[in-house]
Amino acid sequence: MATAPAQSPRQKVMVLYLANSALDSPVIAWAVYDGTGEKLHMAGDADEAPYPTGLAALEGGWRLFQASQLLPHPRGEEFDLAYLKYEFFFEQLTPVTP
Amino acid sequence: MASFVARGFLRFDAAAPAEINDQFMAEAGEIRGPEEGLELRRVYGETLAAAAIPETPAGMPLSEVYPSGSALSKLLDLPLVRGVLQSLLGPDPVFDHHFLHVTFPPAYHTGANVSQHTHQDSTIDPRVAFDVQLMYFPHPVSREMGGTRFVPGTHLRKVSEVAVGRYQNIKGQQHMACEAGTLLFLHHGVWHGGGVNLSDRTRTMFKIRMRASGPQSRRWDVSDLETPARRRPIFFLKSRPTAGSVETILTTPEPWFEQDTGRLEYVNRIKLWRYLTDDPTYDADFWLTRLESVEA
Repeated sequence: MATAPAQSPRQKVMVLYLANSALDSPVIAWAVYDGTGEKLHMAGDADEAPYPTGLAALEGGWRLFQASQLLPHPRGEEFDLAYLKYEFFFEQLTPVTP
Repeated sequence: MASFVARGFLRFDAAAPAEINDQFMAEAGEIRGPEEGLELRRVYGETLAAAAIPETPAGMPLSEVYPSGSALSKLLDLPLVRGVLQSLLGPDPVFDHHFLHVTFPPAYHTGANVSQHTHQDSTIDPRVAFDVQLMYFPHPVSREMGGTRFVPGTHLRKVSEVAVGRYQNIKGQQHMACEAGTLLFLHHGVWHGGGVNLSDRTRTMFKIRMRASGPQSRRWDVSDLETPARRRPIFFLKSRPTAGSVETILTTPEPWFEQDTGRLEYVNRIKLWRYLTDDPTYDADFWLTRLESVEA
């Protein structure tokens, strides 16, 4: 009997930027990187967020694996703005046949 | 002007006439078609070399860059363009650099055909003063052709070029699908990137970066600029705030604003407005006054 080819997991990563540090706050920016090679996501490819909140992503089956820290604001730089503050990394593992 | 301070851009659709657009496309030159084994870099290099657009060192007076009678000279001489540059930069702007941006359709690509990562041009730039980038779209641009993507209101963030590339999509981003002759004037800090071209023709955009030759304060028509005699009520309101007032414009959030740093964006907009109006006491509502009261 022929054996099915072995499958190994590939990671899909979704990065959500939220309006504050709460996971149930609204999504304001996002990115998706698909390690299965099924779809090439790129800058500017979607004007609607994949989920309305971070919590909705959890409910959609995504696993949270990293969240940005809350850091104090250095004296004298309190009003300097740079990168988006509330960054949450999610993943899904999808089996693929190499 | 308040809208430019708040959002970092001014857009004018179909502002350049067909005569200038057609002349510019002729001066930019034909772009070689796709061929088996032909590298995109080579096509680009040949296009730049053949274009009737001058190589120009940074720091020249803008008025001396483009030969009289050329499409770009005519473009800069349009009353609208002269007025915008006078208002934002003052007299005698200084040329920084220019570039002929060409985005190629799928037939030219041997590797992946992808959009450009979102970025802020040049380097980290801590100035309050700002440069202006004029983006000129000489032919119609459809959404399928990609168009330049930009994110209103990002210009006051001090980031390092493509360090923001991880942000694929940002709520409120805009794509320049537009008519021929459309002009987009950007504060140099606005985050932007080229969209992927999925059409069957090349897309051309010409960008000129310029800086002021002196202070940028009160260079526009300020005859109707008035400081309100009385501060308006805030938060506890029984009706909507007056639309179109400077205070309303400077305190209108973008869709991507974080809830806390959105307020810091207001603070930074107010600081830029103070610079442009040469009024170090101006405030929109109480955002800076609250912070500047005598220390306890």
